This record gives sequence, C-alpha cells and structure tokens, in this order.
Amino acid sequence: MSTVSRTVAPDFSERSRQAIGDEAQRTGIRGAMDFLQSKRKAQFPDPQELSDLRDLGAAIRRYALANLPELLQQLEARLTANGVQVHWAETPEQANALMLEIAARHQARLMVKGKSMVSEEVELNHAMQAAGIEALETDMGEYIVQLAGEKPSHIIMPAIHKTKQQIATLFTEKLPGVSYNDNVDVLIQIGREVLRKKFAAADIGLSGVNFAVAETGTLYLVENEGNGRMCTTVPRVHVAITGIEKVVAKLEHVALLNSLLPRSATGQAVETYQNFINGPRKPGELDGPEEVHLILLDNGRTQAYADPQLRATLQCIRCGACMNHCPVYARIGGHAYGTTYPGPIGAILSPHLLGFGAAYPLVTASTLCGACADVCPVRIPIPDLLIRLRNEAQANPQAARKALRDSGAKHHLLLTLVWRIWALLYGRPRFYRWFSWCASRFGALAPRHQGAWTHTRAPLIPAPRRLRDLLPQQNRLD
Amino acid sequence: MNDHKQREYPAKPADVYLFGTCLVDQFVPAAGLDAIRLLEREGIRVHFPMQQACCGQPAYTSGFPEEARAVALRQFDLFPQPWPIVVLSGSCAGMMRQHYPTLFAHDAPRLSQAQALAERIFEFTEFLVQVVGFSRPDRAGPTTVALHTSCSARREMDVHVTGHTLLGALEHVQVVKHGHEEECCGFGGLFSLRHPDISGAIANDKVQEIRKAGAQHVVSADCGCLLNILGRATGPEASSSAGEASLTGEHIASFLWHRTAEVNV
Amino acid sequence: MSARERILARLSQASASEPQPLPNLEHWQPRVPPAGSAERLALFKELMRSAHAEVHDTDEQTWPELLLDLARQKNVRTLLVGNGTDSVARLQSLDSETLHVMSYQRPAEQWRAALFEQVDAGFTQAKSAIAATGSLVLWPSSQEPRLLSLVPPIHFVLLEAHALHADLREAMRVEQWATQMPTNALVISGPSKTADIQQTLAYGAHGPKELIVLLCHSREVSP
Repeated sequence: MSTVSRTVAPDFSERSRQAIGDEAQRTGIRGAMDFLQSKRKAQFPDPQELSDLRDLGAAIRRYALANLPELLQQLEARLTANGVQVHWAETPEQANALMLEIAARHQARLMVKGKSMVSEEVELNHAMQAAGIEALETDMGEYIVQLAGEKPSHIIMPAIHKTKQQIATLFTEKLPGVSYNDNVDVLIQIGREVLRKKFAAADIGLSGVNFAVAETGTLYLVENEGNGRMCTTVPRVHVAITGIEKVVAKLEHVALLNSLLPRSATGQAVETYQNFINGPRKPGELDGPEEVHLILLDNGRTQAYADPQLRATLQCIRCGACMNHCPVYARIGGHAYGTTYPGPIGAILSPHLLGFGAAYPLVTASTLCGACADVCPVRIPIPDLLIRLRNEAQANPQAARKALRDSGAKHHLLLTLVWRIWALLYGRPRFYRWFSWCASRFGALAPRHQGAWTHTRAPLIPAPRRLRDLLPQQNRLD
Repeated sequence: MNDHKQREYPAKPADVYLFGTCLVDQFVPAAGLDAIRLLEREGIRVHFPMQQACCGQPAYTSGFPEEARAVALRQFDLFPQPWPIVVLSGSCAGMMRQHYPTLFAHDAPRLSQAQALAERIFEFTEFLVQVVGFSRPDRAGPTTVALHTSCSARREMDVHVTGHTLLGALEHVQVVKHGHEEECCGFGGLFSLRHPDISGAIANDKVQEIRKAGAQHVVSADCGCLLNILGRATGPEASSSAGEASLTGEHIASFLWHRTAEVNV
Repeated sequence: MSARERILARLSQASASEPQPLPNLEHWQPRVPPAGSAERLALFKELMRSAHAEVHDTDEQTWPELLLDLARQKNVRTLLVGNGTDSVARLQSLDSETLHVMSYQRPAEQWRAALFEQVDAGFTQAKSAIAATGSLVLWPSSQEPRLLSLVPPIHFVLLEAHALHADLREAMRVEQWATQMPTNALVISGPSKTADIQQTLAYGAHGPKELIVLLCHSREVSP
C-alpha cells in the first residue's frame, strides 16, 4: 500500500458533516471564497479578453499534452545540457527514495521547502523526518499549517481555515519567547525572523515547478513571499519536484499562461516574483546552488493521460479557481476531502492518484453546477469528467475496460438494478404511465420520512392528479 | 460569462410541442397547465405527447449512460413534426440540447437524430422572450419576489437573463437581488440524496439569502431547484427557528399566468 | 526497464489525441499604451506604486545622490552592491562613515551570516521593465549576484526609462530570452508580500520589505 492512501480517512460524509457543523470555520471559508471571487472578477473586466485568453491557455496546455512524450524528452535533454540532473519517479515511494539519496549524498540535516503540492502528494516531509532530516515549510501559510501539525486546506492558500487569533496562539505555544499578538504584520515578522535563520543554515532547498519549459530547459516558479527564491538560491542543493504534465513547449507560453494564473488564483495581476531557473551556479558566479535536480513524478498521471477524455484533467495549472467558486468546497473546506488536492480539481485528479477505492466520494460530491468549468482558465470540462468518472467507478467490473485503477470498484448490483428498473419504467411509456398514476393516486400515502431527502427538507408529495390527467383534450397528443 | 455560440431564433411558430418534464407532471402539474395557457394566449397551439416520460438526466449524471440512453431514445420519436420543443425546466432542456449529442456520440444514425432534436429544444423562458416576444401588462398588486435561475439554465442553456427579462417587465413586481444569487441551490439531482448534509447546508444558505433580501416568494423556471428550496424552507429544521417569515414559491409559468391573466385566477 | 522508460512507454502507447496546432500567440496583444509614450511610463509607475514599490524619477548624473539621500532617510548603514560595473564604481565612491558601501565579491557561503544579518540594503540594475504588469526584469550575473535582490531588507533598482516593454512576451522576444537566458532570470513586481493570514496583505514576508526604483531618464526627456 502506498504511504499516500494512509491519509485518506474512511468516511467523507462524516468529515463533511463535522465541517458543516463548525460555524466559525464555515464563516471564515465563505468570507475567503467571496473575497477571492470578487478579486478574480475585478481582474477580468472584459469578457472577450478573458474568453480569448482561456482559448489560448487551453490551446497551449492541449498542445503540450498532445506532444507530451516528445516534450518531456526535449525538456530532459535541455535541462541536462544546462547542468540540471533529471530523475523520473513512477510512485511516491520512488520520488522519496530519490530525494533521500540526494540528501544522503550531501549529509543533509535541514531541508527548506518552498510551496509544492507534489511534495504534499508524495508525503515528502514524512519520508524526510523518518530519515532524521528536518523538512521545514517556508511559505507562511504552509509554515503555519506545519507548525499546527495539520495539512493545507487549499492549494493556494494553505491556512485559509485559520484565524489570526488561532495563529497568534499557535506561535505563542510553539515558538520560544513569543508572546501573544494577533497583529498580522507582527505575526509575519515573527515568521520572517525564524525562517531567515533556517534559510541561511539549510543544506537543501526544495521547490515545486509551475511550468517546465521544454524549449529552453527552464524551471519556472512564481510566488509572492520570496521564500521560493530563498529555497532555490541559498542552499548548496536545489531539488525541484513536479508532475510530468507541467511541461510547456515554448518559453513564451509561460508568459501567456501567467497572465491567467495569478488573476484566476488570487485575483492579483501578477505575482511578486517570477523565477526562471536555468541551471546550477556557473563558474565565476557567486551564489546559487551547486547542484540542481528535477524529479518528474507520474503517480497515476499516465492513467489519466491514456484516456482521450480524461486527459483534459492534466491541463490543470493549479490556480485553485475551481475550489474558490465551488458551492461544496465553500461548505466543507479542504480538509473534509481527505486528499492532497481538494475541490473540483481534486475530485477529477484523485481517482488517478489514489484509485476509486479512496477517491470515489469526491467524484459524487458535486451538484454538477458547472461553476468550476466556468472559471477554469484552461477550460477543463470538470462536470463532464465527473460524470465520466461516476460511470467508470460503477461499471460492471466484468465488462469494464479496466482502463482506470479500481474501475468498477463502486459497482453495486442493487444500485445497478435500481437504474435498470428505472430505465424500464421511464423507457416504456405504458409502465411509466401506470407507475406515475399510482404515485399520484396514492400520493397522500407518501411517507413523511423519505430517507436522505427529509433529513433536511419537507417530504415530497405527488400531486393528486398528474399534468397528463389534467390536460384539456386539444393538447393531448396520443 | 458564457462561451456558447449566439443562438439564432426562429419566428413565432403556430405549433409547439411541450415537454413537461417528469417533475412537473408528477409534482407541479399546475405549472404545465399555466404554461399551456400562456402559450395559447399568444396564438400558439400546444401539443403534449402523452408518451413522454423523462429526459434521462438522472441516470446520465449518476454515471449510468446505458440506462440514460434507453430512456432518452424513447423520447426521440415523440416529436415527428418540425415544431419547436418547449421544455419546462432548464436542466432537462440542457440535457436534451447539450448532452444528447454526447450520449449518442458513438452511434452515428442516432447522433444525427439527437443533433436535430437538440436544435429544436427551447427552455420555456427562453422561448417566451426570444421567440414569442412575450409582453403582457401586469394585472396584479405589488409584490416582492426573488428569482432563482438553475445552474443548467445559466451554463448549459445560456438563459440566465430571460427569467429576469420576464419578471422585470412586470410593472408591480419588485425583483430583489439576493446574496450569492448565481450560486447553486444544492439540489444537484441525486446529490441531494447522496450528500444530504452538504446539500442541506447549501439549500439552507439559499433560503437565508432569499429571506434576507426581503422576499417571501421565490420564482424559478426549474422544478427541481424549487422543490429543493421550498422543501428546505419548510423542512424539519425550518420549524425550529420560530418567527421566520414563511417562504412560498412557484414555477415562473404559474407566476406569469397569475400576474397577467385578464380574470385573476 | 527504468522508471523513465516505463513512464515514456505508457505515454507513447496512449491513443493519440486530435493533432493540436502550435498555439499562435501573434494575435494576442497586451492592452497597454504605445511604446515610448508618456502613458506607458505612467502605467508602469502606477502599477509599481500600487504594488507598494517606490518609484523616483532621476537622471544619469544625479541618481547616485538621490540613492544616497534615500538611503539616509531609511537609516541604511550598509549598502551591498555588485562588482565591476560603472554604477558600482560610482556608488563605491560614496562610501563614508555613515554609509558603508560593500561590494559582493566572495561566494555567498563564505559570508552567509553577514549577508543575512549585517546588510541593510542591496543595489542592482534592472535589465528592462514591463508595462502591462508593472514589473522589473533582472538578469543576475557574476557582477550582480542573485541574492543582492533578495536578502537585504531594502532593494534599490536602477532602471533606464526607455527599456520598457509592453508585456513579458515582448520582453522575451526583443531580448531573445529563449537563446540567451542567464542561470536565473527574474521578473519582480514589488516588495515581498503575503496574504496567508486571513487574506490580510503584509509586506516583507521573506524577501525585501521595500522595493525602490530609480527611474533614470536620459537628459533630454527628463521631467
């Protein structure tokens, strides 16, 4: 069993129930979602510009995916020529083993980490700690979450579920000599002072990658805080880790995609730092790492890639706009999903990473309202993919093409039978008319408790006469 | 924000088919009758194929495409004349217009049938505004209402404005904008049964926002959303919060008929 | 077979998608005022300032004095500069009792603690700038190392006013990034910041708390 599946708690329903019951957290998340939605909206005043940009963004990502094997090899060749060491990992275990090997070679004790969702995905911190290496998060939000012994609840804003008062208390408890102060500037300065000492002392810097450019062998990273630059510049060794789908063909594609990424993510026109890394320190240069490594991770991505429809999942540029606009995410927050990637993107990505055994509840946890697809900067048709995944999970395992891990894992004879009967009733006019006639005649006998429906709603009671019974003769078409 | 191609609308026809939807047929037949009255008053003959059942959406969105196809296929033969097909729900219209072609993508003969059918599908408010050019004086007294537009109408049919156009033209009706008006009501078909707590929480917020905006009456062109919102407003937890103003609601067809009928019914 | 070969084999075996044309970005035009116009410069300044950076107009003759003034106002005692450039030479001539101008000449690991703890401000030149987003382009080199613009709490940047591109894509094309990028190219759009605590904006997260742009106009068009 992979280390990742351990983190998936058994019951999504129970976790979401608890999250809904936490009024303070719900209010906080709702406030944050409203804030991010309005900021995004303000960034795209012209719908035509937005539409054109999304077309281009989608085209750039589709082009990269259509040529993925070639582009990955080109990327590897260019990076290697630039002096970067490229590694490939099929699983989280392989990625962690590669990381540990590099750390051991440098006798590393301290690793400073820039924000990387892939490192969360492989549970890198766990693997490092097990080997006696301190893996320290340095993005302010990630640092807070790590200090609290928690996990990020949002891919862009990891500590979105915490109030400044909670953070002030956390600092008081965990950091020696810090007294309570919930002024945000003061809290950030505390974090700055603690982490600057760590940057200066670290042996390895770890980062994610926003885009890897095949044309030039460039690792492109964006951030606001400067911790990403610290991690990729100060320590002697820089290791970047990313999914195999993050490659783009041309350098200028990065420019276009980044006119979508920050505006969609946090509603800012541009990030403070766009960092183009092209290799280790060259002779004569006075800083920068002596070694740069890139770990390219599969972990189920090739499964999504193999299917022409599900391949669109890999277009994602991890802006998080889908979760910022999701009515389900707004109610339950990121932790309830129990996966590294929450929200709509998590629902379509996690089945490939974890299989349906663990990820199926996410696939069902959507009203298919389509708000996610509406805001997706690269036009991933998320609701269509959710419907497809529902189908794959429930298909008869005998008949299923076994295209996906755990295809048919959620196949239930009873449920399939229910839908068969439904199709029989609704697909045979005579049956339907008889059935619906019964429902209306005996509607008054409808139970007051209708399972999950009446859990939160008044019972549904069929009208005593159907529309078709009440129709004037001239409207009836037999 | 929607990227569908601008739809071209036909001239007002003499005849239309009505696809009532199973929810209207079973739970809100009055909405069907009122829709027929509205259309007939405009000089349009309305034909209701008695063999109609369901568009197939519940099975489709639940991941049972075979069963959805079986039910959808039965609806193909019900509309032999080239008349427009008016659908009393945005989500069923979205299913028939956007998803039938997907459902039969690998079945060439049926795909062309599905595409031809899709071209003739009109959501009810869309049809009234864009094809009929509906304009009738408001004959009832002042009232304040909220409008809920289903997500399917908004995103699949691109008709989020037609409901507002219809209500906005009524002289004595004040339509209040409620908070998070564009957000889903939490129904999502079987989602409401599979995740009742999440669905209930979303529906609860919707009810609160509508009340907060000062409306006691909610109007929608989608019966599923309406049953969900009203079910929540009168549900088990609603009764506990005493002093809350009651929330009533109706299908937009009934609302329009009641406001514009010459003899108020 | 290695992990690499297995991953590439799986990708290559996947059914080919519809062929995708290389996206054509030619028609994509940033919405910024024309090159050389006062409006474009004004947009750049406005965006930089709204990102909490300071922008000061100056010229080729007087910018070192302006920097000296600003450094005094901000209580800068140690200013870190690069090595071997004309600008550096001019700044080094300003070295005094009150403002120590220190040159970055040794590899960072030999004096890391001092770099992190004893420097109040750093000085670099910008290669160019970007109007659409209010950004500076920096190409660090052995003369202007990477940490100059990152570790000191204040970052002074000298920018030639004429080197203002419409957007990042134009900068990439005009400056031929694809064939001659340095080890690390940077686009900087303000001082370091974060909104990770309750979406409240705070400056000086890990990088410079202040970004001060000395916008250098050539004499004729100097305001």
